[in-house]
Parts: sequence; C-alpha cells; structure tokens
Amino acid sequence: MSGAGPATRGTTGFRLRRHGPLATGLTLILLLAGVALVSLVWTPFPPSKMQIMQKLKPPFEVGLLGTDQYGRDVLSMLMAGAWNSLSIALFAVALGAGIGVVIGLAVAAWRGVLETVTMRGCDVIFAVPPILSAMMLGAFIGPGRWTAIFAIATFMVPVFTRITVGAARQIWTRDFILAARAAGKGPLLISWQHVLPNIVGPIIVQVTIQLGLAILTEAGLSFLGLGLPPPAPSWGRMLAESQTFLRAAPWLAVLPGLAVALSVLGFNLIGDGLRDRLDPRQRGRA
Amino acid sequence: MIILMIRRLVGLLLTLLAVSALIFLVMALLPGDPAAIMLGTSASADTLAALRQQLGLDQPLLLRYLQWLGGVLQGDLGRSHTYGVPVAGLITERLAVTLPLAAMAILLSVLIAVPLGVTAAAKRNGLVDLAATLFAQAGIAVPAFWMGLLLILLFSMQLGWTPAGGFPGWHAGFFAALHALLLPALALALPQASVLTRVTRTAVLDVLDEDFLRAARAKGLSRRAALWRHAVPNAMVPVVTMLGLQFTFLVAGAVLIENVFNLPGLGRLAYQALSQRDIIVMQDVVLFFAALVIVVNFSVDLSYLWLDPRLRSGKAFS
Repeated sequence: MSGAGPATRGTTGFRLRRHGPLATGLTLILLLAGVALVSLVWTPFPPSKMQIMQKLKPPFEVGLLGTDQYGRDVLSMLMAGAWNSLSIALFAVALGAGIGVVIGLAVAAWRGVLETVTMRGCDVIFAVPPILSAMMLGAFIGPGRWTAIFAIATFMVPVFTRITVGAARQIWTRDFILAARAAGKGPLLISWQHVLPNIVGPIIVQVTIQLGLAILTEAGLSFLGLGLPPPAPSWGRMLAESQTFLRAAPWLAVLPGLAVALSVLGFNLIGDGLRDRLDPRQRGRA
Repeated sequence: MIILMIRRLVGLLLTLLAVSALIFLVMALLPGDPAAIMLGTSASADTLAALRQQLGLDQPLLLRYLQWLGGVLQGDLGRSHTYGVPVAGLITERLAVTLPLAAMAILLSVLIAVPLGVTAAAKRNGLVDLAATLFAQAGIAVPAFWMGLLLILLFSMQLGWTPAGGFPGWHAGFFAALHALLLPALALALPQASVLTRVTRTAVLDVLDEDFLRAARAKGLSRRAALWRHAVPNAMVPVVTMLGLQFTFLVAGAVLIENVFNLPGLGRLAYQALSQRDIIVMQDVVLFFAALVIVVNFSVDLSYLWLDPRLRSGKAFS
C-alpha cells in the first residue's frame, strides 16, 4: 500500500503491505468459491434437514459448527449459503457492469445531451439504495433470487457508468484515437477496439470491489426476507433467525456474519491489490 | 455566484422530479394489481373495485402521477391502508427516531474517523497507521446489521449496559431515548467510520506535501499546530464528499439497523409496509429517503464553497 519512502523500503512491514493484501484476498476468495462449489455436490448434512432433538447444539458438540433452532447443521447451511450469496453477487455484478460499461462507452463516444441525461440519471438511481428498490420489487414480484439480483444490479449500473465514462473520456483525448478516426473508424469500432481494452483495468478493480458490496447487500436483503425464500439457506436469513436465540446460541449470530465479512474483505483486498498493480500512482491512495 | 446557485437549485429540483417519476413508474408498471396486493386473496370483487377507485387506479397514468405529486407538494402523501391515518403524519412521527439515529451515527463516525485518520497520516507507517489501515479494511467488510448483533451480544447480553432494542420514546426523557439509540448509532457508525478513516488519511497525506504547510512550519508553528490548523481543514473537502456519498449506505444501513434493534423509525415503517403490503406508505417512504439522499448530496456540494474559498470564484463549480 503506502510506504514508498526510503525509510521503509525492504522492511517486512513494507513487503507485507505490498503483497499481503492481494495474496490474502485471493486465498479468501478461492476458499469461498471452493466451498460454494463443493456445497453443490456435498455438505456434511443436507443443509435443510431438521433434527429437532439436536437443536441449538454449540460448535463441536454436534457437527463442526453446531446446529440451529431446528437442529440443522450450521456448517452445511453456511456452505450452501456461500453458493447462494456468491451466485447472486456474480449475476448482479455481471448485469450491472455489462449495462453500465456499455452506457459509459456510448456516453464517452457521443457526449453532448446523452452525457447530461445519463449523468443526471445516475444521480437519480444512485439516490435509491438497493434495500429500498428491493422492497418495491419485492412487494410486487415477491422476494427471491431475481428480486435480489435486479435490485443490486440496478444500483451497480450508475457506478460502472461513471467509472467507464471517466476512464474512457481520457482515452478519447489520446493520439491513437485520433489516428483511428483518421483511418475512418466510427465511434462504435473505436470504442470496442481501442477504448475498452485500455480501460479494462479500472473496470476489473471496480468489479471486485462491487462483488464485495453485492455480497454485503444480498446479506442485508435476505436479512429482511427479500432474498431467497426458505428453506434455501442464506447468510442473511441465518442472521435474522439468530436474533431470537442470541443468548442461548450466540454462535448462530456470529458465524454467518463472519462468513459475510470475510468474503467482502477478500474481494476488497483483491480490488486494492489489483489497483496497486495496475496503477502504481494510486498506491496508498483511497 | 448567485446564478450558479440558481442553476444548482434548478438541477436539484429536476433530479427530485425525476426520482419521483421513477419511483411512481416502477410502482405503477410492475406486474400486479396494488389493490389486490393490499387486500390479499380473500377480498371480494366489490371491495377490490372500491379500493381501486379510492386509489385512483381507474384513471390514466399521467393523471395519477400528477395527483400524487401535487399531493406530495402540499404535504398530502395519501392515507395509509393499514393504519388508516395520513402517511405524512406517520413519516413525521417515525422521523423522530430515524433522524436522531442518523445524526448520531454521522457524528460518532466523524469523531472516530477524523482523529484516527489524521494521526495515521501524521505518523505514517507507525502503529496507529497500521491500526487505522486494519480498521479501515475490516470495517468496510462488516455489515452494519451484523455489527448491531455483535454489539447487542457484548453490551446488552454480556455487560448489561444498554437495552437490547426497543425505543422508549422521547417523552420517556431525553437521556433514556438517547441511551436506546446509542448502540444502534454505534453499529451504523463503525462501518461508516472505517471508510472515512481511509479517506481522511489519504486526504491529509495529500495536503502534507503542500507548500503552505512548509510555510506554516517555517513561520514557527509546531508540527502539531500546523497539522490541525492548516492541514486538517484543507483535507476536509474529500472527507465531506465521502460523507455525502456514504449517505445512501447510511440510509440502507438504518433500514436494517432499525429492524435489528426494533426501533420505530422510517426504515421499520418501510419494512412493515412491505409485509403489510401497504403500497402507498412504501412509495412515500422510498420517495422520502431518495429525496433526503439527493438533498444531502446537494448540501455537500454547497458546503465546498464554505470549506474551500478558492471555489467561491465559481470557476470550478459549473
């Protein structure tokens, strides 16, 4: 991160700050993805299998991480929850980034009224947090995977539009764009062949950071009952249900939150690490 | 300068108008009949038709929007279906919880973040800096509502210092009410503070290289005095910007936190409206929150003029 000063160069602290985040982040996310994929074929117990006799058992007593109020295995639920969380986040960010980047490229290519209208539109969408848009969607089409995905993706579109416009506008001022125009290429072709490849870096950084934010938001949505309906396990709903048993079973409130936090941390660390690699001038900056 | 202000104000009004249109359209165009949703499956055709007429659903879309907007502008937000009272009253009542909660959260986050970020920047690569960096990374990753649960576990269950939730109301006494809001405000503030810490640190680091700081030191100010009197005020523009940008997330966090702590605020109202299918209340609350976010960001824009006199010439402010 920071610490390019000569006094710190070469110390362990410096090396740790330089390479630690990316490596830690990658480890966390590989672990998350691995667990999510494994949960599709194997979990210690079926995640929604209830064993009332074994309810509210602390970690290590029954299963590795204990059981919930219906005697379901917490580890199995967390594993299945990882898949649900990750898949919703991936879909939402892919949708949001796809639409946002295309709009952003178009705005940077044509400017003018399009730019004014789009940027105002971004302000408008950005003013409605995904929790609230999910509530509006949820009231009509009911809670579920697509409600969560649409609500999160809607909020991501202006984020990616802004990033793309900012980066692409700089590219459009460069000489090689002028050369491409002189060669008779139109705005569509230039955007695709010359602008997009040059702004992939900041977009990828933003994708990782937004993946973390998407997981955070999905947890919030399912906490309010706007995510996947039961019995599909989700980290957010596990947290919501844990509230009744805070005193009797605190691990139910701690473990799913830890899963959320570590996943988000993983994506953020990757984002930071990539930003440092891709743009050394930004090192140690926000 | 005045022309600039008027232009910004017109922009603000247009944005507000666009938000209201967006919310109205989403609610109007989504599949599903609001009357059927509100009454549930057991309603007879007659009651359905009556409610549809009462809601004005038999009228053209544009007229319905204009009527809603006209009402909103006159402070008439319609009637809640579940509570049978004007929504405007409901919102005002609930604001008495949400507004102090948000204000406390912002205050706490600034009180944590600014000293931490400034110290981290001043003693770069020191212990405080490391702590601030770790706090910044961890805090962004932690969901505010989980933070709420952890704080309840620690302060209410283990230590018994604060109530685990609920709100006695302001009539129960100023401090009793404040006491009930402390934990939820802290839960909201900690993730906010982590973002702010990072921004403060970066902003102060940027300013530390400036000539005017060297001049301040040269005229004999101590490092400490130069830092707080000259560096910090000049580093506040990005901090305030982030405070504004984060307001959307603060609103989202408040919706969740009010449900964790069972606080009768606007977020809880929106959630109850959702489960009771009270669409009018939801539409109004969402509009209110969105308008709040827009107005806050507008105020942040204006505050630059006060924070950075160089901008008052208006050149960088078009």
